[in-house]
Amino acid sequence: MTKGFQLDSKHLPLAATIGLFIVMFLFGSLRYTGFFSTQVFLNLFIDNAFLIVVAVGMTFVILSGGIDLSVGSIIALTSMVAASLTMNAQLSPALVIPLSLLVGTVLGFSMGCLIHYFNLQPFIVTLAGMFLARGLCYLINVESITINNEFFSFMASTRIPVGGGNFISISVIIALLVVVAAIFVAHFTKFGRNVYALGGSEQSALLMGLPVGKTKILIYTVSGFCSSLAGLIFTFYMLSGYGLHANGLELDTIAAVVIGGTLLTGGAGYVAGSVVGVLILGIIQTVIVFEGTLSSWWTKIAIGGLLLLFIVLQRVIVARSKTTQTSIASH
Amino acid sequence: MKEQTPLLIMEGITKEFPGVKALTDVQLNLYPGEVHALMGENGAGKSTLIKVLTGVYTFDEGSVTLDGKSIRITSPLEAQNLGISTVYQEVNLCTNLTVAENIFIGREIIKRGRLDWKEMNKQAKELLKTRLNLDIDVTKLLSFYSVAIQQMIAIARSLQISAKVLILDEPTSSLDQNEVNQLFDVIRKLKKEGLAIIFVSHFLDQIYEITDRLTVLRNGEWIGEFKTNEIERLELVSKMIGKDLNELKSGERRTSNKAFERKRPFLQGKNISKKGKIAPFDMDIQEGEIVGLAGLLGSGRTELARLLFGADKADTGEIKINGSMANLASPKQAISNGIAFCSENRKTEGIIGDLTIRENMILAMQGLQGWFKYIPRKRQIEIADEYIKLLNINPPNPEQLIKNLSGGNQQKVLLARWLITNPKLLILDEPTRGIDVGAKAEIQKLMLSLSKEGMSVLFVSSEIEEVLRTCRKIAVLRDHKKVYEFENDQQITQKDIMKAMAGGMT
Repeated sequence: MTKGFQLDSKHLPLAATIGLFIVMFLFGSLRYTGFFSTQVFLNLFIDNAFLIVVAVGMTFVILSGGIDLSVGSIIALTSMVAASLTMNAQLSPALVIPLSLLVGTVLGFSMGCLIHYFNLQPFIVTLAGMFLARGLCYLINVESITINNEFFSFMASTRIPVGGGNFISISVIIALLVVVAAIFVAHFTKFGRNVYALGGSEQSALLMGLPVGKTKILIYTVSGFCSSLAGLIFTFYMLSGYGLHANGLELDTIAAVVIGGTLLTGGAGYVAGSVVGVLILGIIQTVIVFEGTLSSWWTKIAIGGLLLLFIVLQRVIVARSKTTQTSIASH
Repeated sequence: MKEQTPLLIMEGITKEFPGVKALTDVQLNLYPGEVHALMGENGAGKSTLIKVLTGVYTFDEGSVTLDGKSIRITSPLEAQNLGISTVYQEVNLCTNLTVAENIFIGREIIKRGRLDWKEMNKQAKELLKTRLNLDIDVTKLLSFYSVAIQQMIAIARSLQISAKVLILDEPTSSLDQNEVNQLFDVIRKLKKEGLAIIFVSHFLDQIYEITDRLTVLRNGEWIGEFKTNEIERLELVSKMIGKDLNELKSGERRTSNKAFERKRPFLQGKNISKKGKIAPFDMDIQEGEIVGLAGLLGSGRTELARLLFGADKADTGEIKINGSMANLASPKQAISNGIAFCSENRKTEGIIGDLTIRENMILAMQGLQGWFKYIPRKRQIEIADEYIKLLNINPPNPEQLIKNLSGGNQQKVLLARWLITNPKLLILDEPTRGIDVGAKAEIQKLMLSLSKEGMSVLFVSSEIEEVLRTCRKIAVLRDHKKVYEFENDQQITQKDIMKAMAGGMT
């Protein structure tokens, strides 16, 4: 009996997110013909595969109580590096892929080191990283570079049938693999648990003898790697590199993670929640496309409203769990 | 049955911080299977010694021997690995993780490349049950449980690292009596199992209940090591505050003050309490009366004062001011009822270093008037000059930055800040600490003259002579409880007050 209640309060934000997604999907299905189909659902994954990957990296950052503002710029920089190496340097994809992945990983590692060794605010360090990466894009080329390469075209256009005439893309497979790996890391490795501990209380984590510094650096490295991987998926999707790609995406990512039930103060949340968070952003866009007459800016308004709703919800849950604790303490 | 070789020997420990010698030639001998109290007032060096032992600080001189081997501890992690664990007053665990996880994090059990939750939950449950008699659901979040249970879990974590030395730093300060008993049962059990336990507490009753031996520190110096059942409370207290019993004469009395005939109560408090801070107490303060609050540092004096000022919110009780009910839920309400409060932490809660004497003085008055009714600069200077003269503040320049003043003069500026508001009750928390003798005498004199003018004063002080000299009524606190109230007539001596502070008196 009490166990049921406990599960509720721990999983309530996640449950609320999933519930919201189902409600929105039902709403779309009732309102628009053709909305209720497996392919519409799968398209959410196809169109947002890159966002899922960034959101996974961001989940670790936010769980630890930090923030990473550089992810959007790193996506753009990765797309630029990939395009430039493929088209200008004529390198084979077998070289281009690992080099591109290195871009975000190195940047993330450096930012993690700055945050840890100089005890700097993650906000300011990743803000600097954001400007740096965006600037570097234009250093490579101010124009957009269109990619005309067999491998990239293959990645972009291959459809993997999943039965009933429905399909997904290779990017979706990659994104789902990342999600599964991240869930394992978060719950079944020391690193994952250290991230949660760090987000709960850095001071306590230190006094419990946990490797706080190493964990912090690794978190930003992972986020950087995820951003670069997302950058590659984005490049498959757009088939171009451009300095303006993924402008402001870091904020969408943070919104997805928070809507997905992760506490912005750190310590509580789930990778799976962030995935649902991304799907909710996706479904808002889909609804607006189906509506036809609405401007796409309505997406932003809807995201803003939801974000507010979820932050208030989290606050209420935290306040409620505090009162239950005191009532137990004083009984 | 006690083994004769100590498990842990600390010798000649000296630790210096820039400008302060925190520990001077301190020693500590700890035997297996004993509970050893570390005694001393706040600032005596207990915390520093513990931090040296747990590797938070490194010591400058001295040696530490554990199990016959000389060791040098440089980090908390190293201390843990050597078997020295600490449970702090504020539980240092992660409330967002489960109980089992808090016990195991950092030393998780790994099976086939992944964390073995099943095994960890099983072992955690067993550990809590067999060693701490605690049968709880270990898969729940730590935040689900009360502080008392969280503390047990912190102890369990230490045991899981197979600790030899367990340090409990003020473990009982936020527990109620039942929880304390539960904790003590556990301590006795662990003691039997041969663990050496260092117990730090301000509660004398608890020290006498649970500990076998004790080491007394004062001002960073080692005063002595005693068997708990061989030292009397009074003697212990005199060791802690540094007053030789024989020196305490009944002499030096304040001249009885006949002016206190007006018996009009200003403040009447009934049954005021706050859980974990202070037990229910009554408090009456007459108009023009100086009431002293005596007690060891940490006995709850400041807590009591803060409740009367509304700086903390009381759980129970009622306060009448001038005979009618008053709601003192915030300092603002207290101030509008004519109560002023000079904090003991003049550096952190009182002065604003980068403002001038004048600006510091005017703050409370401006606050009382509302921020939009600006007090003209000319008037400000007049007021500042007046109080500089009245209190003999040096240098007599209202535009001097306050951080450049000596402690005593800063204290006087603070006093002026509240005097300007013309309060009916002035609460002074340790106004004379850390200032020179001359300034002390001036502040005492000022208190007496204020009381003649009809202002009531609640005077918190660690110096018993001072309280005896100035106060008409003296309340004594011990273990977060108001235990005595004396009328300061000719019969009361320093010894009586110290006895009350130490407890165990009929």
